[in-house]
Amino acid sequence: MSTATTTTGAGPGLLPGARPAPPATPSRRRPLHGKGTALGLGFVVTFLSVIVLIPLGAVVWHSQDQGLSGFWHAITTPEATSTLRLTIGASVIVALVNLVMGTMIAWVLVRDRLPGRAVFDTLIDLPFALPTIVAGLALLTVYGPNSPLHLNFAYARSGVVVALLFVTLPFVVRTVQPVLLELDREMEQAAASLGARPATIFRRIILPNIVPAMAAGTALAFARAMSEFGSTVLISGNLPFKTQVASVHIYNQLESDNVTGAAAVSTILLLVSLVVLVGLDVLQRWAARRG
Amino acid sequence: MFTTARRTIALSAAALAAILALGACASTDASTDASGGGKTVTLSLIAYSTPQAAYEKLIKAFQQTPAGKNVKFTQSYGASGDQSRAVASGLPADYVAFSLETDMTRLVDAGIVAPTWNTDEHKGMITNSVVSLVTRKGNPKNIKTFADLAKPGVDVITPNPFSSGSARWNIMAAYGSQLKEGKTEAEATAYLSKMLHNVSVQDDSGRAALQTFTGGKGDVLISYENEAIFAQQNGQDIDYVVPDDTLLIENPAAVTKTSKHPKQAKAFLDFVRSDAGQKIFAQNGYRPVSKTADTAGQNFPVPSGLFTIQDLGGWDAVATKFFDPDKGVVTKIERDLGVSVEK
Repeated sequence: MSTATTTTGAGPGLLPGARPAPPATPSRRRPLHGKGTALGLGFVVTFLSVIVLIPLGAVVWHSQDQGLSGFWHAITTPEATSTLRLTIGASVIVALVNLVMGTMIAWVLVRDRLPGRAVFDTLIDLPFALPTIVAGLALLTVYGPNSPLHLNFAYARSGVVVALLFVTLPFVVRTVQPVLLELDREMEQAAASLGARPATIFRRIILPNIVPAMAAGTALAFARAMSEFGSTVLISGNLPFKTQVASVHIYNQLESDNVTGAAAVSTILLLVSLVVLVGLDVLQRWAARRG
Repeated sequence: MFTTARRTIALSAAALAAILALGACASTDASTDASGGGKTVTLSLIAYSTPQAAYEKLIKAFQQTPAGKNVKFTQSYGASGDQSRAVASGLPADYVAFSLETDMTRLVDAGIVAPTWNTDEHKGMITNSVVSLVTRKGNPKNIKTFADLAKPGVDVITPNPFSSGSARWNIMAAYGSQLKEGKTEAEATAYLSKMLHNVSVQDDSGRAALQTFTGGKGDVLISYENEAIFAQQNGQDIDYVVPDDTLLIENPAAVTKTSKHPKQAKAFLDFVRSDAGQKIFAQNGYRPVSKTADTAGQNFPVPSGLFTIQDLGGWDAVATKFFDPDKGVVTKIERDLGVSVEK
C-alpha cells in the first residue's frame, strides 16, 4: 500500500494511517523508475485488482443492470432511503464517539501507569477476533430483554449504535497508540521548560502529531460501521423503517432475488465510505502541511 | 498498526487454509469416483437448516440398510434460499431439500433438477408441518387464532418475509386464515396490516426468531409446528397452539440430474420417503407425508380449517402478488407502517 502511494505519488491511500504523515520534502514524491520498483508496482496492482478492485467493480457493474433509472429507483425506494439514513447516521455517531473515546483509551494505555495495562491492551483487539454474530448474541444477553444489568438496548436504534461501538472500538485506539508511543517526549519537555501549560502543550504539540492517526482511525471505524451485518442483525430486530440497517436491507434484496437493488444500495455504501476516507485523508494532508 | 498488519496476515492465512481444506475435500470426492466399483461413494446433501438433527439420524439409519452400506455424506445446512442459489450457481449436490417449493423450481429452471421431480405420489414433498402460534407457558394472553394477533397490545415475533423465504408461510397462514373465515381479500389485507403493526422484531431467519422469543421478547411467535416441538424437546419453557384455520407447510426434496451417483442418491431419497425414514422425521416434529408412517409419541392434531398454498394460488402467484420487493401487498403494508413508525 505505502509502496504504491509513494512510487506513483498519486491517489489518496485508503489506509491513511498506515504510512507516516506525508513528507515535507517534495523530491520524494517524484516517481522513481527502476526495474525493481516496476516489478513491485506491477505485483501490487495485480494483487489489489484481483482481491479488491475487480470484486468492487462487479458490485458497481451489477448496480447498473437495469440502467441508471433502475439504479435510481432502487436507491430511492422508501426502504432504501430509510435504511441508508439510519446506517449513515448511526455510523457518524459511532465514528465520533470512537474519535473521542478511542483517543482517550490510547492515551491511557500509553501514558498512564495503569495496573494490568497489558491485559487491557489485549482486550482492545477482542472485538476483531470475535465473529460479529457472536458479538451480537453476547450484547443481546447483556443488554437484551433479560438483561442482568436491567439495561435494554435491544430492538431499538440505540441497540444498533451499541453493537457498532463494540465492533469498531479497536480502530482509533490502534491507529493513535503507535503514534503516541513514538512521540518525542523532549518536545513536550522543551515546551514545558519554556513555560507552556499542559493544555497548551496538548493543543500545540501533541494534538497536531496525532490528528492524522485520529482521522485515519475514525475513517476506518466509519467505513466498518457502514458495512456491519453480523452484530446488528440480532440486536436490532430488523424492523423495516425503524431498525433495519443497510446491510440487512441488502441481504433482504438478495434473498428476494433482487440483485440489482442489492448492488445499487451497496454502491451507495461504497461511495459514502470512499468520500469519507478520501475526505479525511485530504483533511489530514492539509493539517500536516499547516502544522 | 503493526499488530493490525500481523493480524491481517494471520486472518488471510486462515482464510487460505480454509480454501485449501475445501479444495482437499473436493479432491477426495473425485478420487472415490475414479476408483468406482464397490467402493464407498460420497453424496453431497444440501438442505435448509431446520431438519439437520433429523437428517443426521436419517443418514445413520440409511447406512444400516443394504442400499446405504457404502454411502457416505457431506452435509451442508443453511437458509433455504441461500442453499438453493448456491446449488444453482454450481455448488455440487446429489440430494437437495428445501423449505419452499420455489427454491426447487429455481433448480429446475437452472437444469439441475429434472422437471419430473414432483411426479411421485406426494408431489415431491417429503415432510409436512403446520403454521402454529408459540406462546409463553400457560398462554397468558390467551391466543388461539390468527385474529388474536391483530389485537392491540399483543407483541408478535415473526421473521422478515423478505430475508427468510420460509417466513412467507407465516404471513400466508395469517392472511389465508381470514379468507377461510369468510373475509374478503381487502379485509384480509387490512387484518394483515394490523397484525404486522404488532410485530416488534423481524429476525432474518426462523431460528433467530425462535431465539429472540425464548430470549424473552414478545407474547407470541409465529412458527412451524416442528420448530415449536424442537424448542420443547430442548427444554424451552413454551406452549404452542395449532389454530383451527391454518396453512399446511410442505417441504420438497429431490435428487439432482447432475449427481455423479444417481443410484445411491435415489436410494437415499427412497429411504427418506419410506415409513422407516418418515418415522424419524415424525420423532423430530415433522408431520410425515406417508399415511402409514408411525407417529407414536407425537401429537399431530388435524386442524378443521387446514388449507394449502394451492388454495391461495400457489407459490409463484403468491410470491409476485405479496412479496414483490416493489409492488407486493406485504411490501406496501410495511411501507405504510414504516412511514408512521419513522416519525
